[in-house]
Amino acid sequence: MTTTDRDETRSRDGLASQAVITAEIERIREEDARSVVPRTQPRIDFAPYRSSILRHPTKDLHQADPETIELASPVFGHQDVKPLEADLTIQQNGEPIGERIRISGRVLDGDGRPVRRQLVEIWQANAAGRYVHKRDQHPAPIDPNFTGAGRALTDDEGTYSFLTIKPGPYPWRNHRNAWRPAHVHFSIFGTEFTQRMITQMYFPGDPLFPLDPIYQSITDQHARDRLVAQYDHDSSEHEWLLGYRWDIVLTGSHATWTERDGGTDHV
Amino acid sequence: MSDDATAGALVPTPGQTVGPFFHFGLPYAGGESLVPTSHPGAVRLHGTVTDGHGDPIPDAMLEIWQADEQGNISTEPGSLSRDPYVFTGWGRAATDAAGHYRFTTVNPGATDEGSAPFISVCVVARGLLNRLFTRAYLPEDAASLAADPLLSSLDEERRPTLVGTREEGGALRFDVRLQGENETVFLQFPRHDA
Ligand SMILES: [Fe+2]
Repeated sequence: MTTTDRDETRSRDGLASQAVITAEIERIREEDARSVVPRTQPRIDFAPYRSSILRHPTKDLHQADPETIELASPVFGHQDVKPLEADLTIQQNGEPIGERIRISGRVLDGDGRPVRRQLVEIWQANAAGRYVHKRDQHPAPIDPNFTGAGRALTDDEGTYSFLTIKPGPYPWRNHRNAWRPAHVHFSIFGTEFTQRMITQMYFPGDPLFPLDPIYQSITDQHARDRLVAQYDHDSSEHEWLLGYRWDIVLTGSHATWTERDGGTDHV
Repeated sequence: MSDDATAGALVPTPGQTVGPFFHFGLPYAGGESLVPTSHPGAVRLHGTVTDGHGDPIPDAMLEIWQADEQGNISTEPGSLSRDPYVFTGWGRAATDAAGHYRFTTVNPGATDEGSAPFISVCVVARGLLNRLFTRAYLPEDAASLAADPLLSSLDEERRPTLVGTREEGGALRFDVRLQGENETVFLQFPRHDA
């Protein structure tokens, strides 16, 4: 083995080192820090996440006023989502292995109004960091008692609640020794189709945060913090589970925007 | 969350990529069928999602949201349970190993007098850090297409990326190119932060 085989920047499998990825993340963050308006959404052009390189639009998003259909949203009801679908611990015959948790919070629009009776979907890895997915090759055990997908409707206060187990971190091939911080994937609808959101919720204090190019694609610290749930002792249950709280804010609805900005549609 | 409040407006939660493992969480049986294939107005809407090299993307997902043939917007629940007699206007389909997606739906009618009918499209994929919005316009009504505020605000060479192609037999073809030559026009609405 020569010294070049131990090259710090690139391992023999062609993957960049964490140090290279971290340096790229920091360079882009510093660049964005100089901008006057902080970005609140992820950059879609973010090379440290290697799979994004060929999959992000290179042209600017085109400003458009929403039309009638985009100002409405699909409606979901009790025929679509059964209450038990919000409990990911009872989908098989036995108890899944892991830390039992409840994740709850509210879905609000950008004006702070609750999004009522709307669909929230989640999917996640098991406690060992393994997905029930044929493409997941991580050699960690599959839990026969855990699938990891759930659905819920928000209530009249916009509140959702899932019973699940805490997912484990898992390795991926973005770079050498790359590990995703533990997360739960979320899919959320608003009252307008323009508010559609797909995101990931993280757990507080994860040491993998600074190393993860997906989380770090949001270059503003305050914005990144919005993806981290809070441990909530009030929703923990005696000898049963730990509670996490995570509120979700969608983009503002345009009905209000039109009113506030002097549009005539609703006057 | 009060520290985010400025003039009553909250800062939206950031999006993140859908990742590679969404198939057991999001797609569902019947998701691609807004109407049964036996519906008299059934139309196949399909296309390929490609990357900056023109290669198909096998781990993307599209959602469509549209009016019915008369231009009415459904307020009916049931998109996940799919009663074939109820049109909900919403569907979801993942791309297959060839990057191809397909829906069975109807041609939407105009939602407003003289407006150009289109299907609202939301695209997610592994490698795509936030969801993208676009529109699939029906190609037929040249006058309404020419008068459409969005289409007329676009350079002539980019406009066709938003207009579906009618195939023999009535299918509507709508390809999504995330990057590169003929890159699809993706939309940003007011109150969407960058
Ligand atoms: Fe994941």
